[in-house]
Amino acid sequence: MKTIRPALTLLLTMTVITGFVYPLIVTGIAQALFPRRANGSLVVEHGRPIGSRLIGQAFVAPDDFWSRPSATTPRPYDALDSGGSNLGPTNPALVAAVSARIAALRAADPGNRAPVPVDLVTASASGLDPDISLAAAEYQAGRIARARGLALATVRALIAAHADRRWLGLFGEPRVNVLELNRALDALSATPRRGPGRPDG
Amino acid sequence: MTTPASALLIAFLATVLVLVKPLGGYIAAVMEGADHPLLRIGRPLERAIYRVCGIDPQGPMGWKSYAIALLAFNAAGAVLLYALQRTQARLPLDLQHFANVRPAMAFNTAVSFVTNTNWQSYDGETTMSDLTQMAGLAVQNFLSAATGLVVAIALIRGFARRESSSIGNCWADLTRAILYVLLPLSLALALALAATGVIQNLHSDVTVRTLEGAQAQVLPMGPVASQEAIKELGTNGGGFFNANSAHPYENPTPLSNFLEMVAIALIPAALTYTFGRLVGDTRQGWAVLAAMLILFVGLAVLATSSEQHGNPRLAALGVDAAPSALQPGGNMEGKESRFGIAASALFATVTTGTSCGAVNSMHDSYLPLGGLVPLFNMMLGEVVLGGVGTGLYSILLFAIVGVFIAGLMIGRTPEYLGKKIESFEMKMCSIAILVMPVVVLVGTAVAVSVGAGRAGTANPGAHGFSEILYAFTSAGNNNGSAFAGLAADTRFYDLALGIAMWLGRYWPIVAVLAVAGSLAAKKRVPVTPGTLPTHGPTFVVLLLGAIVLVGALTFVPALALGPIVEHLTLWGTVR
Repeated sequence: MKTIRPALTLLLTMTVITGFVYPLIVTGIAQALFPRRANGSLVVEHGRPIGSRLIGQAFVAPDDFWSRPSATTPRPYDALDSGGSNLGPTNPALVAAVSARIAALRAADPGNRAPVPVDLVTASASGLDPDISLAAAEYQAGRIARARGLALATVRALIAAHADRRWLGLFGEPRVNVLELNRALDALSATPRRGPGRPDG
Repeated sequence: MTTPASALLIAFLATVLVLVKPLGGYIAAVMEGADHPLLRIGRPLERAIYRVCGIDPQGPMGWKSYAIALLAFNAAGAVLLYALQRTQARLPLDLQHFANVRPAMAFNTAVSFVTNTNWQSYDGETTMSDLTQMAGLAVQNFLSAATGLVVAIALIRGFARRESSSIGNCWADLTRAILYVLLPLSLALALALAATGVIQNLHSDVTVRTLEGAQAQVLPMGPVASQEAIKELGTNGGGFFNANSAHPYENPTPLSNFLEMVAIALIPAALTYTFGRLVGDTRQGWAVLAAMLILFVGLAVLATSSEQHGNPRLAALGVDAAPSALQPGGNMEGKESRFGIAASALFATVTTGTSCGAVNSMHDSYLPLGGLVPLFNMMLGEVVLGGVGTGLYSILLFAIVGVFIAGLMIGRTPEYLGKKIESFEMKMCSIAILVMPVVVLVGTAVAVSVGAGRAGTANPGAHGFSEILYAFTSAGNNNGSAFAGLAADTRFYDLALGIAMWLGRYWPIVAVLAVAGSLAAKKRVPVTPGTLPTHGPTFVVLLLGAIVLVGALTFVPALALGPIVEHLTLWGTVR
């Protein structure tokens, strides 16, 4: 009894403090100080959320920058099933998947003979990677320029304008947010985006 | 190592080292009940807890009472967590209407979180009700870390006290560890993480129409930052989401990633200073930390350079994996663009050297040598900083073995910090050190011998063996990371890994407390010219020797069957 009483009462007391009081205090302060970030960094267009800056989306149209491959199921970029492919480096399925992705990229851009940047043909860890490397964006620039009727220099300038570079040249990775980049393309092209994603028709 | 990778490693080490002394000194003060401004704020709450729970904070406890109290507290936690999962459908706050968790999985998860392993055989987004998450899993993040911390403090007291029958009061130690160490640090880190974009809300999921709009995307919401903070600080590692710290809502930027890596290493590193302070010679703590960091740097460099090489089979397809100003390059399968190679490989080294097990990249997709690093890191007994408390007490066991071997070589009774190391201590040390390899190797052997074990592997060949070996190594060391392709949500793995986690946690804890009790009762022998100094380079080498010898001798055969054979296959067959 000498042991059981404190074992149980301390467990319950700490459950209240660490399980309820602590997360509620953090929620209160975070909501007061950084509500936009605490609520998921949502991107709002015409009053409706069209995604989050932090959560990648699937892009497959030839005139959009494509995101990295995603291993989520049942479909890519399913935010309720985050995760990677877990394919090992010697698994033939990995080589097969990468070959198929390279073929798809080449088919969409037949004239492009450049080697494919590795992040554009490998699945991310979360399956929700919002970014691609600057190399992966540059690789796609020619295709986008043709599909949208823009000058290559314009597309490349757009990438540069939205690039996250290494801080001090050392920290972080050179990358660009795909959702932001495609929205910037839309703003530039003026022709309305077709398809069901377009708000208000 | 690329320049950015080296810069990151140096910045990480510098940040941790700067924080070791202030935090280590603070923990020493707190656990010995000394005065401190922060303590004055919490004192009324601390006293109220003692009153409610009927605790006498001054009440002395011998090692047996201390061990029984700690085991009772942990057992009660496991039973509560099991009960919560088995009844969650009938309890409040089951907003997404999840069913009760099935028995084997509930057993596995209860053991997993109580033992600070945080192995997750369940799917983060779609299994546990909000009540189970908050009142069960999140609570154990604090309690299991506090359990590790107080065992380390008890062992330190064994060295520091003379002819004492008490190693402290378990209840007071637990209360102080939570109120004064884990809670304030978590609060600060949670807010810092929320500032970088980690979500913290109590909303239900948000449905959005995406830009191309083929399909709606459902964005999960929840109180992530508060859980993320203690997940790293307590070296727990259980993610809110399935992708763990690779998920952008858990770890959105290179800065949040840096904060999380530092948080994982923080308390384990600081405890070496706490140790030095409490035994009255801070050089003793620095020597232990030096041994830890030498191993750490070596393993981090190996992991980073292996992953930076990239996969030769993809290079053969015409993939560009060279690092440049425009891309991280390397082996990007299972890694995030914002972390690249450097921040992924370093995170993997930190999370497996400690007992954290959070991941920001998928270890299963690492190249063979890159994946060997997290595996070997755990096999060393998680002493490369180690978990909260567990890291310090585990490396002190190796220190005892080290001085014992040295004592045999020079023909003197071995002693450490003025305490004679005799047969009882050596027996307990051996038990504590050897239970982990037994659990890991026997568990792996059983799993590869039965169909239910082999059925779980996701990758063919040697890599499949590595998946099983990794699972039992992770469970036996209470790490919780995985070669996640392994389908571990089966009855076989839930039960086998649950047992491995339980043995790997409490067997050593009881043995360590026994050592603590035995040492505390001893006199302190005076230092003589014949005493082996335990704060210099010689001792560091001795300690490293003990760690690597035990780890390597035990596990090299198993490693040869997994990552090493895969490495030879990968590079031997590519031309």
